[in-house]
Amino acid sequence: MKTIEELMAIRDKAKEKMTVREDTGDNAIRVVVGMATCGIAAGARPVLSAFVNEIEKRHLKGVTVSQTGCIGMCQYEPIVEVLEPGKEKVTYVKMTAEKAVRVVNDHLVNGNPIMEFTIGAVTK
Amino acid sequence: MRELSLHILDIAENSVKANAGLIRIELLENTKEHTLTVGIYDDGAGMDEETVQNVLDPFYTTRTTRKVGMGIPLFKMAAEQSGGSFKISSKPCFGTAVQAKFNTDHVDFIPIGDMTETMLSLITMHPDLNFIYRRKCDEREFILDTTELREILCGVPLSEPGVANWIRGFMEENTKAILGGAL
Repeated sequence: MKTIEELMAIRDKAKEKMTVREDTGDNAIRVVVGMATCGIAAGARPVLSAFVNEIEKRHLKGVTVSQTGCIGMCQYEPIVEVLEPGKEKVTYVKMTAEKAVRVVNDHLVNGNPIMEFTIGAVTK
Repeated sequence: MRELSLHILDIAENSVKANAGLIRIELLENTKEHTLTVGIYDDGAGMDEETVQNVLDPFYTTRTTRKVGMGIPLFKMAAEQSGGSFKISSKPCFGTAVQAKFNTDHVDFIPIGDMTETMLSLITMHPDLNFIYRRKCDEREFILDTTELREILCGVPLSEPGVANWIRGFMEENTKAILGGAL
């Protein structure tokens, strides 16, 4: 069973980590997942958790995952936007958990946006 | 939507947008009577009577990005198609209560689905809000209360991966325990 003692141990470990964590601040890459009714119905929840889990698994620093409401193109949900300071926004459409893992590896780690998943490629 | 847990996530997001500080989510199941009562209660901005009537209309929304708002109507439909009922009440400045009753033995009852993922999405995406999750099955129940966790965590955010993992484990074990091992 998960115990309060375990949670306390996690807390103490996290506190140690927090003191050495460098300030990611303004240079952070932001991954934004659309989580309105349209997004959720189309499968945004597993996409969101795939991003969170993969980023954690690879210990990526300076990447934040957040959610937003309806982006306004419901037919292309689940939609994910990747915002990198100084670069153009990349909008991924019709996302799945598997595609999310690839976006983390190719785009966030190696810096190569996956063009075939973007809105530009899908709406052509 | 394929799971009730997705409806619950969607309705709870309305509470977040209404600036709620505390969101209570309850799933109360009675296996003898084959009923499930789902409640989502918040202390957010609330709505006046006219707006409450409007949200039941799929062609009403407060959003400007599109012209329809399907969250509440879809949830209501899910309850009613199982022969259940739906109720929403709200008061400006006090909050909103959404309650849906389901007949779990009805052929059109949608499975509850993955409530652990729904709660984790809500908690990790809104680590500054408080959530109370209560799941009851006949006489057995468990509660996850982020206000209690916050006291133990002393400033470590609820979105911290280790903490999120603990919550996942806690919810999975307890859900299994109250359902008698059968998920």
